[in-house]
Amino acid sequence: MSVGYQSVRTATNDRLRRLLAGTPVRIAVVLIAFIWTLPTAGLLISSLRPLNDIVATGWWTVLAHPFEASIWTVQNYVEVLTSQGLGSAILNSVLVTVPSVVIPITIAAFAAYAFAWLEFPGRRILFTLVVGLMVVPLQMSLVPLLRLYLQIDLNGTFLGLWLAHTGFGLPLAVFLLFGYISTLPGEIIESARVDGASPLTTFSRLVLPLSVPVIASFAIFQFLWVWNDLLVALVFLGTQEEVIVLTARVATLVSRRGEQWHLLTAGAFVNMVVPLLIFFLLQRYFVRGLTAGSVKG
Amino acid sequence: MTTSAPAQTPRTSPLNWLTAGPLRVLVSLVVPVITFFVLRAAFIFMRDANASKLAIGVVALIIGVGGVWALYLVTDNLVSVLPDRVRESVRPFVFVGPALVILTAYLIYPTLRTVYLSFLDARSENFVGLDNYAFALTSNDMLLALRNNVLWMVFVTGFVVSLGLVIAVMVDRIGRWEPVAKSFIFLPMAISAVGASVIWKFVYSFQPIQRPQIGLLNAIYTALGGDPQGWLIIKPWNNFFLIAIMIWVLTGFAMVVLSAAIKGVPGELLEASRIDGASEIRIFFGVIIPYIRGTLITISTTVLIMVLKVFDIVYIMTNGQFETEVIANRMYREMFSFGNYGHASALAVVLLVAVIPIMIYNIRSLEASRR
Repeated sequence: MSVGYQSVRTATNDRLRRLLAGTPVRIAVVLIAFIWTLPTAGLLISSLRPLNDIVATGWWTVLAHPFEASIWTVQNYVEVLTSQGLGSAILNSVLVTVPSVVIPITIAAFAAYAFAWLEFPGRRILFTLVVGLMVVPLQMSLVPLLRLYLQIDLNGTFLGLWLAHTGFGLPLAVFLLFGYISTLPGEIIESARVDGASPLTTFSRLVLPLSVPVIASFAIFQFLWVWNDLLVALVFLGTQEEVIVLTARVATLVSRRGEQWHLLTAGAFVNMVVPLLIFFLLQRYFVRGLTAGSVKG
Repeated sequence: MTTSAPAQTPRTSPLNWLTAGPLRVLVSLVVPVITFFVLRAAFIFMRDANASKLAIGVVALIIGVGGVWALYLVTDNLVSVLPDRVRESVRPFVFVGPALVILTAYLIYPTLRTVYLSFLDARSENFVGLDNYAFALTSNDMLLALRNNVLWMVFVTGFVVSLGLVIAVMVDRIGRWEPVAKSFIFLPMAISAVGASVIWKFVYSFQPIQRPQIGLLNAIYTALGGDPQGWLIIKPWNNFFLIAIMIWVLTGFAMVVLSAAIKGVPGELLEASRIDGASEIRIFFGVIIPYIRGTLITISTTVLIMVLKVFDIVYIMTNGQFETEVIANRMYREMFSFGNYGHASALAVVLLVAVIPIMIYNIRSLEASRR
């Protein structure tokens, strides 16, 4: 009996020791996660406080009495969405983003399929060239493209921005889609051909549906890239009220006279909310997409 | 398998080709042209019209997205009226053609053009030799920007990779809460640089000494007995306050990638080293780090490239004032504030030259890891 008691005690000791050994690590991780979240939490809380409160006391003071209704307001959001024009900027961002994601995926998928499964002269060289273009920073394109756009009146149009995002996103998209499409089993593509399916049918009925995972990863990456982009939108779309995108609108709020924290915090959060939703809902694809896309030029 | 001719190709006879061909060719040529003009008209309309933007937007999206598909269908259709042998050698170019055209227009031609413009003056009228490069590499303004870029590259890359690694090792040991902790640290990656900049502008915000501080950093600093500081205007330390933002954004990214690599270290290897009596720290440096070396290099180069091109954070936080200028922001200002396209082009070339070796290395290691 004493032996049994002994072994139980050592087992407990062991577990206790392991738990204790793990505790500093746990505390450290919790602390880091806390520090990493704090700035964002501050923004979110501030965006829900009345202007006078924001500039009078730190946002953390609300934590002392968080259940007083009077300290919370959605007025900031109402104001940025209506009188500050963020509502129409959201629409512009959607109008910019959706085609800027779909068009490069379509074009890249066709190209990746041809590079992987169709025979044609110069295939390897052209593929190397396309992938090689990943090294070109998009800054290299800005000056000549802007001038070209000014000449043909594409400047300040959504079409111009879609095409720009398409061009800048294509090398990466072809690279990623090729990596996936070229590993599809050759037998099924061959058998489709033997059955008399044209390359277009094989592509749209077989290759495209099978490539959904890689398309999803790239789509999420490209979506975030375009939605969060400031530089390309500033250069080719500008800051006119009718076309300005969300990031550029928030950026102009920053530089405007004084620091209107109630508008800035709410505006920034409006800009963040869609990516955050995707992040929480599609976390696995999100991480995969960002990791795969991180080499974008 | 020897012949690829499918049974159903009725349109291969010359007669059919002649009768059906021209009409289809005509249709196929006209439709893309019409598509383009419809697109143009739609957008000119959209900019100037007073009609409901949402309605116009939906129409525009359908045209924009559907237009691309229409182009492929139409050209593929056009190609399938060609005689058999020609058809199969032309078809691949229908598929890769649009990609090549766009890449030529948006990357290849502009790159060559930018190199050319970098040898011309501000308004691209006269040849000025290497003057723009002399500016880009020796002027006082640019030396400062180059210094700052080096600061960014060293500190962001160093901190992001080492912090990411340490956190990845730590979260590996906390059991079932690991995904939650990772989410919180990865979350800033979802936030735009604009959003991140506003978040941190608020953290760094400054109020005169007698007023309560609403910025987190000054609140902590004054609570510890200091006087409130305008963090973003203290040279040269303000650079580090901007650098901290990018570290905050990218650490989670490095952590997630490195964490996946660490989980790939075989358990037997770790067990064996533990049985041999190696301390955890020795295992970390002697086993884990060599094992994930490839991933470490990839993540470092990836971060390095992102940092080299940093623009948004500087643009929003200080716009390069108070000696925080970086290359990409200066390039933007040369374009839009100073209208000096020669300088702007030379700066783009400087970025390209700096990025290329890192990028080639990166793509190589990415392709190697794929195999």
